[in-house]
Amino acid sequence: MAQTITIDPVTRLEGHGRITLKTNDQGEVSEAYFSVTQVRGFEKFCEGRPYYEMPALMARICGICPVSHLIASAKACEAIMSVEVPPTAAKLRRALNLAQTIQSHALSFFYLASPDLLLGMDADPAERNIFGVAKAHPELGRAGVGLRRFGQHMIELLGRKRIHPGWVVPGGVTQPLEQAKREEILALLPEAYANIKMALTAYKRIAGRFQDEIDSFANFPGPFMGMVSESGGLAFTDAGLRMIDAEGLVLVDNLEAAGFDDCIGEAVEPYSYMKFPYLKSLGYPRGAYRVGPLARLNIASHAGSPLADIEMNEFKKLANGPVLGSFHYHHARLIEILHGIEAIEQLFSDNSILDKHVRARAGVNRQEGAGIAEAPRGTLMHHYKVNDNGQITWANLVIATGQNNNAMNKGVLQTAQRFVKGDKLSAGMLNRVEAVIRTFDPCLSCSTHAYGEMPLAIELLAPDGTRLDLVQRP
Amino acid sequence: MSPAVDVKTLVIDGIDVSARADQTVLEVARENNIFIPTLCHLDGLSDVGACRLCLVEVKNSPKLFPACVLKVEEGMEVTTKSDRLLHYRQTILELLFAERNHVCSVCVTNNHCELQATAQSQGLTHVRLPYRSPRLGVDASNERFVADQNRCILCTRCVRVCDEIEGAHVWDVMGRGIDSMVITDLMQPWGESSCTRCGKCVNVCPTGALFDKTKVGSDHPKYPDFVPYLNMMREGR
Repeated sequence: MAQTITIDPVTRLEGHGRITLKTNDQGEVSEAYFSVTQVRGFEKFCEGRPYYEMPALMARICGICPVSHLIASAKACEAIMSVEVPPTAAKLRRALNLAQTIQSHALSFFYLASPDLLLGMDADPAERNIFGVAKAHPELGRAGVGLRRFGQHMIELLGRKRIHPGWVVPGGVTQPLEQAKREEILALLPEAYANIKMALTAYKRIAGRFQDEIDSFANFPGPFMGMVSESGGLAFTDAGLRMIDAEGLVLVDNLEAAGFDDCIGEAVEPYSYMKFPYLKSLGYPRGAYRVGPLARLNIASHAGSPLADIEMNEFKKLANGPVLGSFHYHHARLIEILHGIEAIEQLFSDNSILDKHVRARAGVNRQEGAGIAEAPRGTLMHHYKVNDNGQITWANLVIATGQNNNAMNKGVLQTAQRFVKGDKLSAGMLNRVEAVIRTFDPCLSCSTHAYGEMPLAIELLAPDGTRLDLVQRP
Repeated sequence: MSPAVDVKTLVIDGIDVSARADQTVLEVARENNIFIPTLCHLDGLSDVGACRLCLVEVKNSPKLFPACVLKVEEGMEVTTKSDRLLHYRQTILELLFAERNHVCSVCVTNNHCELQATAQSQGLTHVRLPYRSPRLGVDASNERFVADQNRCILCTRCVRVCDEIEGAHVWDVMGRGIDSMVITDLMQPWGESSCTRCGKCVNVCPTGALFDKTKVGSDHPKYPDFVPYLNMMREGR
């Protein structure tokens, strides 16, 4: 008999979401929807506020990646001011964004994903969490905590606060770097290197066990978008965007924030508050694309730092062309952590990082501005319009998780079709459906600028819409 | 021979104190290191008793009196701390927080705000009243300063400093009760008003209602202590 399965809430994600699976008369999954169930309204309530308050206001969207919001927002404000950020301020912001990427990736990999990877998709749910990981693999548990601490501590050293540092402002940063803090950050690097090397080795050792998941977790051809340096290396803060197709051919190149709206549209579906961005020239849904670590590694030809370059070469051998399986987001995340640590070392080894000129000042010189940055989960765009007095009259945010929305929906369907069979639901089946979402490390609170914790449920519905089964987290 | 000073003796919180007859209970208490919370009072400006945070008890009177405008009297017995007073002060603060939109985390004066500091000193842990969350305007028309009505507590320090110290009287209060608003000129945009751009109102504003343009996140200490010194210089003392 046909039915609908709902997973509500989906756990180990940031925000609130629900998965609905519909089965046909043969008991096969025919449709799948990933719905984000809340909305916060950041774009609306900021109207009327002075534009230079926007970084601090918008950073409140998320406690995990506030730095990316701060930077994208500050860059949008700088477009309104028409100023160029002093080079040292740009470097410091780059380092801050890398530190945040490291801590967020560590959170995603070790705290949210590793219970599935290290303990198994079918492991007892009571044990399948970071505490279970710490018990079964104490050295990896410690590495995860250590990497997260490294990123968070560095953010605190630079920005005076671990979460929502007020240091990033339109025009640069409020204070230059002190020598003592630079030394403290450099002293943290050896432990961070050791932790990420251990994690990469462990991941590569176990990845082979998940061939079924690799084949079915949102493994499909489609475009990728991400920031890339002029030389084709990884970039997170100050570069243009590139989009490639499933064969690796460049669809869009050197896309700047100001041209983002002309290129990218946002579709809306009735079942979710999260929008569905797409490349306008391909239309919706064909132009839907993926962003984030997998996209960035697919787009960049190299990392731009020696150890990460070696890892990236190995990563690129996973496929002939772009790596299409979303399970590999996990692997890409670890390589980005390694690159982040190396890039921080490069930035902090140069004495120019101590330069005292770190803030440009100006008033309103344009009435519209947009800024982009790579958040841990992918490309982030803030776009504002202001009146003559610099007060916000309109704002739009395109969030990384939104850009992966289509892929997550496809992934849920693909995974459910592979693992959910018959009318009896097992915890392992449902966990895989959740796990495909986790590979994207979505931040639903960011994506809808939504509020609250992130429970998720799976609902099983009959073709007529009656609920036949419901699996809900307490 | 100088004229004889009229001295009064009184008791504040059980301590015998003496004062000039023209002094207020608040002045005498502070001279004797007895803390009474205030928001609308500022040394060097006239007092209006607007915020009522400085309410004190006087023996043999069922009423409470605002210490900032209560003149000393011979034999007066004043209490500045009691459960009743704390209850009133906390309630006043709760009403202030509920009345408009005070969001410390994104306010320019976070950690430099007198409303925030007073709430902390009075042990206010939460607001029991529903927030009104009104939609209020922000006037960013001045080239140097911004007025955010969301954060205004109607202490009228800006009105008094502009009138009494700067002599411009650009600021005043419009409307009554819950609809009261501080305005510039006859409700003209600040940037088009007769404002002299001296910035005194910004420095005496106890919250983030008036602030320097482009100051962001906890980056805005204020320095309201200049007023008495300005008065002294003008009086040639």
